[in-house]
Amino acid sequence: MTVTAAFFYLFATITIASGFMVIASRNPVQSVLFLILAFVNAAGLFLMMGAEFLAMILVIVYVGAVAVLFLFVVMMLDVDFAELRQGFLQYLPIGMLIGIVFLLELILVIGTYVVDPGLMRTAAVPIPPADVMTNTQAIGQVLYTRYFYFFQAAGLILLVAMIGAIVLTLRERVGVRRQDISKQNARTQADAVEVRKVPFRQGV
Amino acid sequence: MELGDILLSIAIMLGKSLLLLVALLIFIAYALLADRKVWAAVQLRRGPNVVGPFGLLQSFADLLKFVLKEPVIPASANKGMFLLAPLVFCTTSLAAWAVIPLDAGWAMANINVGILYIFAISSLGVYGVIMGGWASNSKYPFLGALRSAAQMVSYEVSIGFVIVTVLMCAGTLNLSGIVESQNTRLGILGWYWLPLFPMFVVFFISAMAETNRPPFDLPEAESELVAGYMVEYSSTPYLLFMLGEYVAIMTMCALGTILFLGGWLSPIPFAPFTWVPGAIWFILKASFLFLMIAMVKALVPRYRYDQLMRLGWKVFLPLSLVMVIVVAAVLFVLGIAPGMR
Repeated sequence: MTVTAAFFYLFATITIASGFMVIASRNPVQSVLFLILAFVNAAGLFLMMGAEFLAMILVIVYVGAVAVLFLFVVMMLDVDFAELRQGFLQYLPIGMLIGIVFLLELILVIGTYVVDPGLMRTAAVPIPPADVMTNTQAIGQVLYTRYFYFFQAAGLILLVAMIGAIVLTLRERVGVRRQDISKQNARTQADAVEVRKVPFRQGV
Repeated sequence: MELGDILLSIAIMLGKSLLLLVALLIFIAYALLADRKVWAAVQLRRGPNVVGPFGLLQSFADLLKFVLKEPVIPASANKGMFLLAPLVFCTTSLAAWAVIPLDAGWAMANINVGILYIFAISSLGVYGVIMGGWASNSKYPFLGALRSAAQMVSYEVSIGFVIVTVLMCAGTLNLSGIVESQNTRLGILGWYWLPLFPMFVVFFISAMAETNRPPFDLPEAESELVAGYMVEYSSTPYLLFMLGEYVAIMTMCALGTILFLGGWLSPIPFAPFTWVPGAIWFILKASFLFLMIAMVKALVPRYRYDQLMRLGWKVFLPLSLVMVIVVAAVLFVLGIAPGMR
């Protein structure tokens, strides 16, 4: 038990510290790297709760894909970050307000279970014990049976968003020489190479 | 648990990790030599043959040379991140080996979501490359890092779908479970490479792109980018990058062995062949995949960057998406999906 507690405090402390460093660090690239550290430690916390599937998905999706793109953008953009920082104090009250609302909601949700543990059983689908089925199976059972249509709807929304993003950024640049792969592959030796006998001292 | 028990289990864990690490590094030393020998043989050269008999000690000589040289850190580099990058790259690629089962029950950690773990960890390697390229504060490393990021993210998508098709057939995310599900009376014909052959090809090619192996080594294309993200690195930091790359390649070989070549199972499922220890079969199969990758390096010219992106997004992605649907449909119609039997 003590080992578990020690690891919990380790992961939790690093998560919070790196979360703080995300907003505190001067260099935006470092901010993103601290964000990644926070993600990885959050995945560690998930693992400790036995939510192994969520932990791995968190790492794959957020660390492996989303944060890479963040880093990509932050490195590529040539933004004067000192200028951006000037509005920091101006936005501080709004940020704090959102933070406080979020914290209150979390306290309400978790506090309810602490006050009345019986409420846990009123959840739509109770969490099966780990020795009956694995975490992944449990999520799959809920997601693909009970909430199947919601899951499909979420997928459709994401698809629409993806198509929208592609349409918004797609632009045909004129004057760019592109290789047409089908044309390239259709070329044969007959129409690409010509063998000639060159007369001496006359040229072609 | 008593404190003594905890310490003992930690000591056992450390011992096992150390054993795995040393075995892996020695194996990679010879894989590296084999890589160079294959490359030389294709080009009718002898390859390394001076250090030790047949050049067998070449990799160790290289190791000493790398370690003993002076590490140069560029004056304008971001020093901390510059040194952190190769460590991140090497550690993440080594960490994937924690779950790989060399034989039945030989995995360091036999976790339920083993395949997701490998997928997650191997996607972290890209940070080493990006950090290295950015921290060098120089043109070519930066371009190399950007290329690498785009390339690794693109090919991860198709590897993900390849893994999904295998998982649908196996019905488990556990690596040992995936190998066991290929344990049929058919032996080599019952492994997934045969029914899922197109996916095996997609996996093989994507694995090379994911690990920046030739013909997809655009992040370090020396004709355009000098040496890509590694330009500013020398001595041990460079060694860590190169080592991490080879470890990642071996991880991909091991993953291919587990997913498609039946892991530790014997190809012919009766008496004299099943007496051979499973780990030997595993190493033979992984070495076979590595030999194929080494041959590709020698035989195929480097891709152009737009060709690489086209292959990933316009060929492999639709192909693997269609295959996911086809495999799911076949499994469902024939009633042979893991949950339906």
